[in-house]
Amino acid sequence: MSEVAVESPRSAENYLTARRGVMSWLFTLDHKRIGVMYLASILAFFLLGGVFALMVRTELIAPGRTIMGRDMYNHMFTLHGAVMVFLFIIPGIPAALGNFVLPIMLGAKDVAFPRLNLASLYMFWGGAVFFVVVLITGGLETGWTFYTPYSTTTGQSSVVAAVVGAFILGFSSIFTAVNFIATVHTMRPAAMGWFKMPLFVWALYATAIIQLLATPVLGITLLLLALERLFGIGFFDPSLNGDPVLFQHFFWFYSHPAVYIMILPGMGITSEIISVFSRKHIFGYRFIAYSSIAIALFGFLVWGHHMFVSGQTRLASMIFSALTFSVSIPSAIKVFNWLSTLYKGSISLETPMCYGLMFIFLFGIGGLTGLFLGSLSTDVHLTDTYFIVAHFHYTMMGSTAIAFIAGIHYWWPKITGKMYSDAWGKFTALLLFVGFNHTFFPQFVSGSRGMPRRYYDYEKLLPAHPDFHGGHWLSSLGSYLVAAAFIMMAGYLLVSIVAGRPAPRNPYGGAGLEWQTSSPPPVENFTTPPVVGDPYDYSKLRFDPRSNDYVRVA
Amino acid sequence: MFASPNAVIIAMTEADQATHDNHAPFLAHHFDSPRQQFAAGKLGMWLFLLTEILLFGGLFCAYSVYRANHPEMFQDGHLFLDRYLGAVNTCVLIFSSLTMALAVSAAQTDRRRLLVGSLIVTLLCGVGFMGVKFVEYKAKWDHGLVPGQERIAWFVALGWLRKDSPAPERGYQPDADYVRKHLAEHGEEVDDAEATRRAAGLFPFFGCYFGMTALHGLHVLAGMGAITWVLVRSIKGHFGPLYFGPVDFVGLYWHLVDLIWIYLFPLLYLIH
Amino acid sequence: MNQILSSLAAIWGPWAQSGSQPYFWLPDRASTFARDVDWVFNFILYVSLFFFALIVALMCWFVLRYRRRPDRQEVEESPHHNTALELLWSVIPVILVCLMFYYGFEGYMDMRTPPRDAYEINVIAKKWAWLFKYPNGYVDDKLYVPAAEPVRLVMTSDDVIHSLYIPDFRVKQDLVPGRYTKMWFKAIKPGEYSLFCAEYCGSGHADMLSKVVVLEAAEFAAWLREAGDFLKKLPPEKAGEELHRRRGCAQCHSVDGKAGTGPTLLGIWGETHRMTDGSTAVVDENYVRESILEPGKRIREGFVNQMPTFKGVLSDEEIGYLIAYIKSLGGSAKGESP
Repeated sequence: MSEVAVESPRSAENYLTARRGVMSWLFTLDHKRIGVMYLASILAFFLLGGVFALMVRTELIAPGRTIMGRDMYNHMFTLHGAVMVFLFIIPGIPAALGNFVLPIMLGAKDVAFPRLNLASLYMFWGGAVFFVVVLITGGLETGWTFYTPYSTTTGQSSVVAAVVGAFILGFSSIFTAVNFIATVHTMRPAAMGWFKMPLFVWALYATAIIQLLATPVLGITLLLLALERLFGIGFFDPSLNGDPVLFQHFFWFYSHPAVYIMILPGMGITSEIISVFSRKHIFGYRFIAYSSIAIALFGFLVWGHHMFVSGQTRLASMIFSALTFSVSIPSAIKVFNWLSTLYKGSISLETPMCYGLMFIFLFGIGGLTGLFLGSLSTDVHLTDTYFIVAHFHYTMMGSTAIAFIAGIHYWWPKITGKMYSDAWGKFTALLLFVGFNHTFFPQFVSGSRGMPRRYYDYEKLLPAHPDFHGGHWLSSLGSYLVAAAFIMMAGYLLVSIVAGRPAPRNPYGGAGLEWQTSSPPPVENFTTPPVVGDPYDYSKLRFDPRSNDYVRVA
Repeated sequence: MFASPNAVIIAMTEADQATHDNHAPFLAHHFDSPRQQFAAGKLGMWLFLLTEILLFGGLFCAYSVYRANHPEMFQDGHLFLDRYLGAVNTCVLIFSSLTMALAVSAAQTDRRRLLVGSLIVTLLCGVGFMGVKFVEYKAKWDHGLVPGQERIAWFVALGWLRKDSPAPERGYQPDADYVRKHLAEHGEEVDDAEATRRAAGLFPFFGCYFGMTALHGLHVLAGMGAITWVLVRSIKGHFGPLYFGPVDFVGLYWHLVDLIWIYLFPLLYLIH
Repeated sequence: MNQILSSLAAIWGPWAQSGSQPYFWLPDRASTFARDVDWVFNFILYVSLFFFALIVALMCWFVLRYRRRPDRQEVEESPHHNTALELLWSVIPVILVCLMFYYGFEGYMDMRTPPRDAYEINVIAKKWAWLFKYPNGYVDDKLYVPAAEPVRLVMTSDDVIHSLYIPDFRVKQDLVPGRYTKMWFKAIKPGEYSLFCAEYCGSGHADMLSKVVVLEAAEFAAWLREAGDFLKKLPPEKAGEELHRRRGCAQCHSVDGKAGTGPTLLGIWGETHRMTDGSTAVVDENYVRESILEPGKRIREGFVNQMPTFKGVLSDEEIGYLIAYIKSLGGSAKGESP
């Protein structure tokens, strides 16, 4: 066994220490620093959205007024939705983790347009400032979907500020997408063909296509909404021959593909993790890669399934329902491929893998409950009830956010150069798993029994539906478990930055290029050009107990 | 007059060999060669143009829906636009696309005077287009044809900062007398009540007209800003066969702005 | 151990008590649609449960069986891909989802195709009340329908989008301002069922509740006849009280002195109130009438106008009843006859 690459991973200057001072961060063009700043900002908004969620759950823990009145409740659930969707889950994986690892995975020094990348971060902050303005100047209680004519007539909301914020965030997201596509096309090393790319890169590429094609439509929609509210230019106002349902078409033309903006990168992370921690080549690489692209394209054709009861024609509903079912197939393919990757592997249950398996479990529930909503007659009963709420929390939080957390744990040693406590990590994962299901599973039952969503109270419903109380009660208790898990996670991750053991180059034995550079990487990503090979070939990697590192053997 | 694209790429490839070790001017540190930098930039620009098309796509879609729902209102509406001014603007923009293409070619073949001259002409065409647009908008404003006009006036006059000026009601009331006279000019005599009804019915058309042309106008302004930036750099002599990306990309953008107008003109001015 | 069990029982208690429902997943079945929808629901449920159990069982088994242990470090040989297998697990789901689509579509077409002879009721939704208008012109805030007879609802909204949802009937349809949407159902058993607003519509969204009362056909006819003449038989202030409840005024205007979305009606007759534009107004017949027909004209200080106009919804006679009712609720001018 002869070792190559014996260079100590800690000797070189890395991207964190190369330059110091606030300005060196604010004006950096380094994709890694931009990714880290994105990560910190996005997690801050996750905290904010989480606080709103806890307020909502606490209000609903008992019938009648618990901690706030009805208008306050409406502000809370809207802000929870808007902050989580626009500031956490859409930018989450691509802008934070994608920015950090994508160029390294491709063996590039940076993304194609570093200035555009920095601009996108500033636009993210700019959009976020508008949301802060919303919080200060009257809140938002239209629901995050801004349905007209409610959003154009309500007097209690800073709709324009929110809409302008979302517009700016949209362009931030477009900039990231342009960057990723151009980087994937033009910055790959010559030896890396399309089918030698890691699946996370495929997922980010598919995501970028959706961001690019869908976000401008949201942009123009929000612009029209703002103009209507400010100046009464009534595109969506029925009293001026406008059409309020057209807004829903426009809105969902973006916001349904946005669901795949959220989930695809999560699937990409899961593909990486399942393979690495099974030490086995990913099963059905091409099927997984193609299914990402298939999801991205089909995702554009299904927006009308949000509108089966809006009064759209029967024909439209029929087409949208059929297309909706077609999206479920590529997702099913991915799940079966992950399972086959586990088969006969050498499975190690470290923290990222716990989250990876959790993703399969929760995405299984989230995906399968989607079938009830794609089917026309059951959707009529279930839409706008807690069943929907549970369904999209299983996919957005149970799948995307869990994959995001999995990714943070997987690349944490690479990003920070420190190892966190694996024992704490596993325990937190277990608590999060229990808490999550405790929160959202009861909502399926409440919902299918008829509990409508966005109700600030259910006291008046109890005489006819005494069971609604139990669902809300369990759900609220579960939300405290989830909160506890996130507090613990923040705790051990922050401790690791200060007191963690220094990370080796390749602690988990990944075969991607990002594991060939030191942890954390140098400013230029690689001191020597990386060896491009099959990103899922583990046969040349051996664990070296002296350095706790996986090393490449000839 | 125009450099063949192949010749340009061969030139760049040769430059790649020559400059592999010491960087070519304006080659960013993370690119290996000017060729890679140009390819990335060009792809990025096309992707951006795609988003621009989709941004307008939303408006074209709204246009189709409203025109299908209210064909008679669109028929009425287009009578109020001056198709001669529209045609002049179309010609101005098409001509400016030609000069822009000349500028790109001049940058590739290192003819600086032609480059600067073409860019100046392109910029002047942009100014001319916006001037005509201003004349047209002014006329619409004077007759109250702009949707949300009172609220816009109130907003611009900072009425929303003052406690004593409540927001004007939403609504659409063009000058009915003008509408009656204008319809009469087009051979349709209507009474006052009918004129008021028809005036109110102009709303969807002018909603589309102002939504689309204002967004397009903003793009023309942005394009003029970009041309100015490229012009300054041309005067400084930054561009040549090895580095002409910015001129090329701004050119692409300008052609797109031109193209969108070529669709807007018949859709708004030439309805039958 | 017992302590743990009893505390768990305390936590899950409210959930356990909810066993009064006839089915675990779904509410009562009270319309002809319910059986079909539930059939599709259960079909999807059992298919999903089968696949979910399969996925989780395989996952757990693989993780346990192929766990990395000191004596088992290496992976075993197995292929990277298997086209036949991949096609198999693509095609089987395709067939299953085709079935799901078809059954759902069949049920939906049924829901969207009302029979021609259906009994027609008009529905108007406004923030935050339901008005049901029967063929004889009578309006109520509850939906009374005959059993075993198709009923067609022709619906619109006065302000924002609402959605009419009757869980026990498995029906839901949005009400959109500026257009009419339609739905139909056939109730199968007499009784009282919940009716919710399912599309978020502002502050009082969760208060926009009503009931569907299903009566036997003969009973329904008798009820409608009785209800139609109902107001004329009552003294004006009693008629006003009924209208206040049935036309949805009570959603925003309390009669117990507490301000809601709008001012309370208790003790305001003859009072002088400050308006948002700085003027003052005396609550008299003219002001009440104006506030009903043109709610936005003069708004009492401290309130934001949320009220839609009732022009064409309330007759002059009915406005008279409401005025009589507000008078009866007292105020400084009580007893003075105008």
